[in-house]
Amino acid sequence: MAELRFTKDHEWVRLEGDVATIGITDHAQNALGDVVFVDLPEAGREVAEGEACAVVESVKAASDVYAPVAGRVVESNAGVAENPALINSDPTGDGWFFKLTAVDEAAIAALMDEAAYAAFLETLA
Amino acid sequence: MAENTSSETLLETPLASLHRELGGRMVPFAGYSMPVQYPLGIMGEHLHTRAAAGLFDVSHMGQAELVGEGAAAALEKLTPADVQALKPGRQRYGVLMTETGGILDDFMVANLGDRLFLVLNASRKHLDIPAIEAVLPTGVRLNPLPDRALIALQGPAAVAAIATLAPGIAQLTFMGIGQFTIAGIPAIVSRSGYTGEDGVEVSVPADQAEAFARALLALPGVQPAGLGARDSLRLEAGLCLYGNDLDETTSPVEANLVWSIGKRRRMAFDFLGAERVREELDNGPKRLRVGILPEGRQPARGHTPVHARGGEAVGEITSGGFGPSVNGPVAMGYLARAAATDNAPLDLMVRGKALPGRVAALPFTPHRYAR
Repeated sequence: MAELRFTKDHEWVRLEGDVATIGITDHAQNALGDVVFVDLPEAGREVAEGEACAVVESVKAASDVYAPVAGRVVESNAGVAENPALINSDPTGDGWFFKLTAVDEAAIAALMDEAAYAAFLETLA
Repeated sequence: MAENTSSETLLETPLASLHRELGGRMVPFAGYSMPVQYPLGIMGEHLHTRAAAGLFDVSHMGQAELVGEGAAAALEKLTPADVQALKPGRQRYGVLMTETGGILDDFMVANLGDRLFLVLNASRKHLDIPAIEAVLPTGVRLNPLPDRALIALQGPAAVAAIATLAPGIAQLTFMGIGQFTIAGIPAIVSRSGYTGEDGVEVSVPADQAEAFARALLALPGVQPAGLGARDSLRLEAGLCLYGNDLDETTSPVEANLVWSIGKRRRMAFDFLGAERVREELDNGPKRLRVGILPEGRQPARGHTPVHARGGEAVGEITSGGFGPSVNGPVAMGYLARAAATDNAPLDLMVRGKALPGRVAALPFTPHRYAR
């Protein structure tokens, strides 16, 4: 499994071949609490880097999820639409949000790796 | 995902160190650092409260006593509740009025025999106290009680649990109040709450609050619950939150709180802001607070614009979220009176898209009070 890259907005990206899978981090799901609803982008939508393209709703609040890199949505996760609790139980696995193609691999490589993200979380504590 | 980085100076309740020990996630609320949830999480704490008993620290709320001959009559200048008819050992919900017929705050008033006992909202107590003091005649005194904590134990197992420490509590009925000694601690106990469940709210001296809370947490079925669960519980129960569902622009008639206005008070109209209340009782209010049930799974939160289905704007959601016991989204808000009819189809404008919903009866979860 390819390594994860992370954003300061607490999204993760996993690049496999030319498809980037995006979700929210364990820190993010823990901060949100019980997720009850997700609004996901439709396949075919072009998204810009940093564009709000999904919404995750917990019992207490709604939060935007941003595209970590530009690309075109190829698939959204029907599994989390059906069962949003997967985002809490398996945020970097079955709890993924959507997949992008036509992404800039260098832009993904420039995001934080696991150690850098862990260090970033330390600065928030 | 945005982090809350607010670092203003926050007040703490007497249970602050206990919250940290219990793993409470502290957030700013009404100027206090309060636990929004514990490790169980909002959903779990909510469901546990409906199934057994949740312990809530509500010490941020204002407590005060009103002492002296004519205290009830004096308070009636500010509230349309019938305070004078309140018998010793009984508590009542009411609103404090503004001059223009809006709601300054909503509150509880109890008759403790030799004095009235008041519970005020944390976010409003600094306004309520001078407003009350301003209407007091010579010989009536308002004593704020900043050295008291307030702890709620809510849920179907709550009274049986606390009654193991003070059996007399089980004899109280809904909105009954009395003074008890619990685990050696002098307490004012009312059979009331903010969840729609049976339960109690208990006022204890601040310096004994932690020992009291620990004694309750040791009882079977009791789990700590935070402000998050308190909010979802009160929303399912159809209970108003000041600042969301009530403010200085909303009247008690619009807020559907006419039941809190005493019959005698509706004849005399001798309270602050009564002109507007009388006019709205005679001719109907322009808008009305109603329950709103979104269809599907997506919550519609406070400030969501509400339209008639396929039509024009008719109002706004004031509280909305996910109801764990309903297992779906629930909301309440104000609609133009003509639009506020049972089951009326609505469009809830969430992030620019029309989410279908309808006007629904409150509460969403039946009240289970010990009447």
